[in-house]
Amino acid sequence: MFSINNMQSKKSYYLFSIPLMYHYFFKLVIYIILFVLGLIVCFPFLWMFTTSFKTLEEATTISLWIFPSNWQWENWVRVFQFAPFGRYFFNSFLVAGIITIAVCVNSILAGYVFARLKFPGKSILFAIIMATMMVPFESVLIPNFILISRLGWYNTYMGLIAPWCANAFSILLLRQAFMTLPEDYYESAQIDGCGHFSFLLYLSVPFVKPALITVALFTFLNSYNSLLWPLIITADEAKRVVQVGLTVFSGDAGIRVNLLMTASTIVALPTIIIYLIAQRYFFQESIRVGLKG
Amino acid sequence: MLFSDRKNKRSSHLLPAIIMLAPSFVILIPFFIFPLFYAFQLSLWGGKRNMGDFVGLKNYLMAFQNPLFWQSFKVTIYYAMMTVPTTLILGFIIAYLLSKITRGKVFFRILFFVPYVTSTVAVAMVWRIFYNPQAGLFNFVLDYFGFSIQRWLLEPRGILHILTGGIIAPQFGPSLALVCISLFDIWHTFGFAVVVFLAGMSTIPKEYYESAQIDGARPLHILFHIELPLLTPTWLFLITVQLIRSLQTFSSFYALSPAGGRTMGTTENLMLHIYSQFYEYGYWGYGSAVAIFLSILIMTLTFVQWQWARRYVFYQ
Repeated sequence: MFSINNMQSKKSYYLFSIPLMYHYFFKLVIYIILFVLGLIVCFPFLWMFTTSFKTLEEATTISLWIFPSNWQWENWVRVFQFAPFGRYFFNSFLVAGIITIAVCVNSILAGYVFARLKFPGKSILFAIIMATMMVPFESVLIPNFILISRLGWYNTYMGLIAPWCANAFSILLLRQAFMTLPEDYYESAQIDGCGHFSFLLYLSVPFVKPALITVALFTFLNSYNSLLWPLIITADEAKRVVQVGLTVFSGDAGIRVNLLMTASTIVALPTIIIYLIAQRYFFQESIRVGLKG
Repeated sequence: MLFSDRKNKRSSHLLPAIIMLAPSFVILIPFFIFPLFYAFQLSLWGGKRNMGDFVGLKNYLMAFQNPLFWQSFKVTIYYAMMTVPTTLILGFIIAYLLSKITRGKVFFRILFFVPYVTSTVAVAMVWRIFYNPQAGLFNFVLDYFGFSIQRWLLEPRGILHILTGGIIAPQFGPSLALVCISLFDIWHTFGFAVVVFLAGMSTIPKEYYESAQIDGARPLHILFHIELPLLTPTWLFLITVQLIRSLQTFSSFYALSPAGGRTMGTTENLMLHIYSQFYEYGYWGYGSAVAIFLSILIMTLTFVQWQWARRYVFYQ
């Protein structure tokens, strides 16, 4: 109590003094630095967006004024005629969507088992799952490619989807969430005649909703943004996803900078929108889950 | 009676457990566990695709004698040396500045994280145009301030060679093209470091700051004697995570390297080396050998991180 009073009196004493002016000066410097960095972060995005509306001549001449003199809305239509981006988007959303649903279902089930159920061999099975977290992707890349080819899934949706339908990170995350569920819940539910599946469906899943949303978001973004696996497992346009489609398009577009930027904007937009809507879920768990580059 | 009851309860959980774990294991065993052994088996076979003979450890030997392998190894190390420290220091400074303000803190945190969630390929396209020697922004700026223009992503000569005006040999150090990719990557991933550092800083108890302030500590004292020491676990976590990520980078290299050339091999890292040997040339065995080499490197780092995490995370 004494120290608080002391500090408050100090503050009023310093109100118009040099330390306080320093304080405001440093705040100002911090804001200026952050503002400049914010501009550096924003600029490529802004440039990408505005260039997507420019004519070809305007897009290839550099000026500090980044906005187009007249907005070429038809770029956004032309890009779909130039390359089958509609198809690419359909593939990307289909693949990422199915992977997301599968990962959510699988990690709810597995997470619940590891958090709640008791059975022999549990710790060994859990150790096996955790061990897969240590497996770097490139070590299983070639075997998975061969395995998928042997199964006849090369250049199919199955090949794009199957290897990603479960992962240790999501299982771990949901296990942690289920662990926080009080033990009494299950006991009282059991007395009321509630089995494992109904308990899971009606009581546990609503309880772990934040963790589940996080898993869904990260899974969706990771699979939407992934490049290497779709690159090697697909062969033709019909099964190509947007990330691969964009790298191919960058070769075909050549000098058509404006159309390339339209395509990039369209590819980047879904993730940015999802991120901005659901950003609070990213910061809760971003540290534990991590995104792939 | 009690014993048998407990035993019953245990075994009654077994069936639902098996049913519920089955879908995950059906995916994880064939696509994550079995391939580890298969990769090693593959690495013992030579030739193209599945048409080669058993060669034992020859593929590893071939890799260690292959100048292309060492070139890509060097590129990987240079890349890690350029991106990891820069990302972390930049991320720490920004997080530190953000922790000192209240208004706009959330806004800046959201903004700085945007590049990280965006598709690498999409933003790489923008940077590729910025780096364009004829119509790019970087040459425009250099030209405006009267510097000689550069070839950026097409430049295989070393950055040190260019900066020293030709005193250092052009083969020495990372090429300008590699520096360009690193710059892009720093821009793309520093937001992650900012967010992790901010999370770390928010766990530092408020009392520490208050008592330090009462003792008359300056902001720099607080930084060096409270914030930095208490953030060692965060630093260690980020160093290993970013190091592992930089060793595995594929998308930035693939999307930014000029089609075909790869700037005379100076922008081919180990991942691209594996990709081109395995996918473009069809050397499954050799590709697997290099992949296992890289994986051992990464697994060692992961293991070190887990050891560190165990030792440092619960410091209070």
